[in-house]
Amino acid sequence: MSALVIKNLTKTYKNGVQALKGVSFSVEKGDFFALLGPNGAGKSTTIGIISSLVNKTSGEVQILGKDLDTERSEAKRRVGVVPQEFNFNQFEKVFDILIAQAGYYGIPAKLAAERTEFYLRRLGLWEKRNSSARMLSGGMKRRLMIARALVHEPELLILDEPTAGVDIELRRSMWEFLQEINQRGITIILTTHYLEEAETLCRRIAIIDQGNIVENTDMKSLLETLQVETFVLDIESPLEKAPFIEGVDVRLKDNRTLEVDVPKAAPLNDVFTALAKHDISVMSMRNKANRLEELFMRLVERSLPGDNNHA
Amino acid sequence: MHKAEQWVAFQTIVAKEIRRYLRIWPQTLLPPAITMTLYFVIFGNLIGSRVGEMGGFDYMQYIVPGLIMMSVIQNSYGNVVSSFFSTKFQHSIEEMLVSPMSNTVILLGFVAGGVSRGILTGLIVTSLSLFFTDLSVQHIGLTILVVVLTAMMFSIAGLINAIFANKFDDVTIVPTFILTPLTYLGGVFYSIDMLPEFWRGLSMANPILYMVNAFRYGVLGVSDVDVYVSLAMIAGFTIAGFALALWLLNRGVGIRS
Repeated sequence: MSALVIKNLTKTYKNGVQALKGVSFSVEKGDFFALLGPNGAGKSTTIGIISSLVNKTSGEVQILGKDLDTERSEAKRRVGVVPQEFNFNQFEKVFDILIAQAGYYGIPAKLAAERTEFYLRRLGLWEKRNSSARMLSGGMKRRLMIARALVHEPELLILDEPTAGVDIELRRSMWEFLQEINQRGITIILTTHYLEEAETLCRRIAIIDQGNIVENTDMKSLLETLQVETFVLDIESPLEKAPFIEGVDVRLKDNRTLEVDVPKAAPLNDVFTALAKHDISVMSMRNKANRLEELFMRLVERSLPGDNNHA
Repeated sequence: MHKAEQWVAFQTIVAKEIRRYLRIWPQTLLPPAITMTLYFVIFGNLIGSRVGEMGGFDYMQYIVPGLIMMSVIQNSYGNVVSSFFSTKFQHSIEEMLVSPMSNTVILLGFVAGGVSRGILTGLIVTSLSLFFTDLSVQHIGLTILVVVLTAMMFSIAGLINAIFANKFDDVTIVPTFILTPLTYLGGVFYSIDMLPEFWRGLSMANPILYMVNAFRYGVLGVSDVDVYVSLAMIAGFTIAGFALALWLLNRGVGIRS
């Protein structure tokens, strides 16, 4: 069974902005799915519709086989949402926020208290349970929203930019946590601006741009479409012009830095051998950009930048 | 969602609402106590002693039911309008909107919270009034029914106000420019029999007049208007308001884009 099926989803806002122009995709149960796109592409609108915060104009949404129009309550109880912006009462205590959320899902008080303790401990917030939410750090607030989204134990968890503004250490620990709950069987849909995050965590990926899905495939296949990889080389001695190497595009960025586009089929050793023939010693090397980032830019650059800023 | 789950969700909203206004009691419960005590002292004791009798009662006794009703109206309305608007403003309403509970439960939860504050404030004001006059309730059942229905009606009105409010100013406009004048002109401090015919006729169009008088009838046994007409009006407004509020929530007006 699919965890999520979206068919021909459209959304036109009152101001006339058409945020979604017939979006269709599905997410299999147990998947770790990335929904990527530039600002204003329609990611948050899509998530808003799935989580019932935005009214769709047309189309169908099914969550674990339950239609969001006809079996709304059953569909909603299966989803947990971690929104982009903090959306809890800043003056409430951390513990009370989770207890109330469990209550909204009809979970009896005793079970709600047990789950609240479990998820607050798991996300490192138990010591802060009696603090008012506004006293938490940014990272803690993000973790609070994850704990809140899990307290009713959903089968599908949607995270809209969960690690935005979170430091690297915390981001890594959140990744581990998300991988752990995904292994426990929870389907995860993630939107992020950190493409490394999507590449590390997600098995499938859809790219949305200007209200349309422009790519929907598994991560491995997508990365395999990348024919050329760009490397930045720091060299020992200064150069005046870039050396010529057959089959490889070499550019001189400054007199001690080269950029080389290496075809996927070409061994890197050949590049180093050719550079050595030119008496060039490479001191260090790095990828110019994340692989997924290159693909992403290529896909979204196919269409002209739009004026859609409403998602 | 099963009925048992809906009940848990309802209790959650009510408990949260009660916890909210108890936590900020200096803003919610203390002001009506102070304001009404001042009314009792100034209008009841100092000025009232010179006014003499009204409707067969001394002036203090006559105005007490109206003042109790005034505090019930203002507090039930104020509780829901500020609480619901705050949840919109802070986006914490999304916690409810993503959950499977129905809009009916959300509406009933907020209304019950507003009714509880209205009644609690009414009890506080009633207790304070006993320091100034004797009260013997003539029709206890009717008195309770009128208070509960009125608190419900104004809680619903507060929620409708909050649905349309986009900024904090919008929350204060209705209480300041509509609710307060209607309450003061709703026979709290005087019998409309004292008014010239034109103004008496105009006063009959004020719904708060019916609530104040129905409550006064319950407590003192006197009223300027037919108490059954009053009850029918309060019940009618409450049902119509409930239907409108539910329709607005179902449409997502002010809460869903």
